Amino acid sequence: MRVVTPGFTGRARGNNPRLPPGQHLTEDFPVLSVGPTPRVNRDRWEFAVVTERGARRSWTWRELLALPSEQFTVDIHCVTQWSKLDTRWRGVRVDTLLGDLDTAADYVLARSYGGYTTNIPLADLLGPAWIAYEYAGQPLVPEHGGPARLVVPQLYFWKSAKWIRELRLGTKDAPGFWETAGYHDYGDPWREQRYQGD
Amino acid sequence: MAGTAVSGRLAWRVARLAEIRQETATARTLVFHVAGWPGHLAGQHVDVRLTAADGYTAQRSYSLAAPPDRDRVELTVQRVPDGEVSEHLTGPYAIGDPVEIRGPIGGWFIWQPVEPEPVLLVAGGSGIVPLMAMIRARRAAGSRALFRLLYSVRTPAERYYAEELRTPYAGLDITYVYTRELPEGRAGIPRRIDAATLNAVAWPPEFGATTYLCGPTGFVETVADLLLSLGHAAQSIRTERFGPSRD
Repeated sequence: MRVVTPGFTGRARGNNPRLPPGQHLTEDFPVLSVGPTPRVNRDRWEFAVVTERGARRSWTWRELLALPSEQFTVDIHCVTQWSKLDTRWRGVRVDTLLGDLDTAADYVLARSYGGYTTNIPLADLLGPAWIAYEYAGQPLVPEHGGPARLVVPQLYFWKSAKWIRELRLGTKDAPGFWETAGYHDYGDPWREQRYQGD
Repeated sequence: MAGTAVSGRLAWRVARLAEIRQETATARTLVFHVAGWPGHLAGQHVDVRLTAADGYTAQRSYSLAAPPDRDRVELTVQRVPDGEVSEHLTGPYAIGDPVEIRGPIGGWFIWQPVEPEPVLLVAGGSGIVPLMAMIRARRAAGSRALFRLLYSVRTPAERYYAEELRTPYAGLDITYVYTRELPEGRAGIPRRIDAATLNAVAWPPEFGATTYLCGPTGFVETVADLLLSLGHAAQSIRTERFGPSRD
């Protein structure tokens, strides 16, 4: 049943095919974080991938920058209903980082400096996804997740963990911070999977 | 149950406007009747959906301004320039008109009356809304947790809930910081929250207080960094930020 609000007309109908259901465009870049912004010194920064059997591969900041990187332009969709088109980043693809790592994992728990966590199927991180360290041609600022953040453009943006520290591979799906607090386990914006049960 | 995992889909419910309270020239509190509302916790928010006659829809998130009271749901909406939803809700939207509401949402930026620790609330502008829900929940439950509110606002005329907050209430201390214009008769000059303000108002770090900090991004970043530099643990500071796009 459609509930019409009398007199509401809304904006001009753009019917932008790049806008998922329930989203609207924004030109600025809002910040949503659950606590203070961690300030991570690049000299002490480290990023690691840990397999389900405990094998660990890690990179310092210099080592990350020495890896093949690429510039990519993607649309991002926040669960709080804003979308931002054509955001331009530079980073290292997750499949480059995983390389020939021996794993039977299907799931990944992304862990951040500051304690944030979020879960993502491994297939989505190969979809591709990136560890990004530049935004719009500039080093990624802490408010937006610098030194480096995960970018998984096909999922709601809370999955793109800021201040990324570790990708922990596992054979079982373990919910992260927002997923434990009622948000959707997978978070596909095109199926409007905002909250559990969506 | 709010605050823990939700089972089943959060349904869109019809909400009818029952009452309007003008807070400032550009913000109003909207009280809705929502049949079957499941209840919520102070600090949570809802999604609001408006549908036009031709089927076009727009949805936005708004913080709940008061604890649950049967089927009453209370939001305070700030008009934002070019905000297609907020301009309607603060303009032609009238008593009896329906919208749809889905929630409650959010299990982190919440306060529950069973929590005994002291609380510091820090609001920037319309960031007061979810914090007011906590103040009202405390009062409704007769909680004796000690509350301090630090409320930064541009001018006296832009304070939300001014009358209600003027009434003294045991265990709630309120400090206003005015950034553009002071109330008549108040000495000093307009200023922003700084380390001295927080030194005077915040609980000492060793008190184990929880801080709830809500406002525009720049405000939250500044205050959170100040609290960290004064020795407060990052884990004790819960934040909610909004930018101009969140209308």
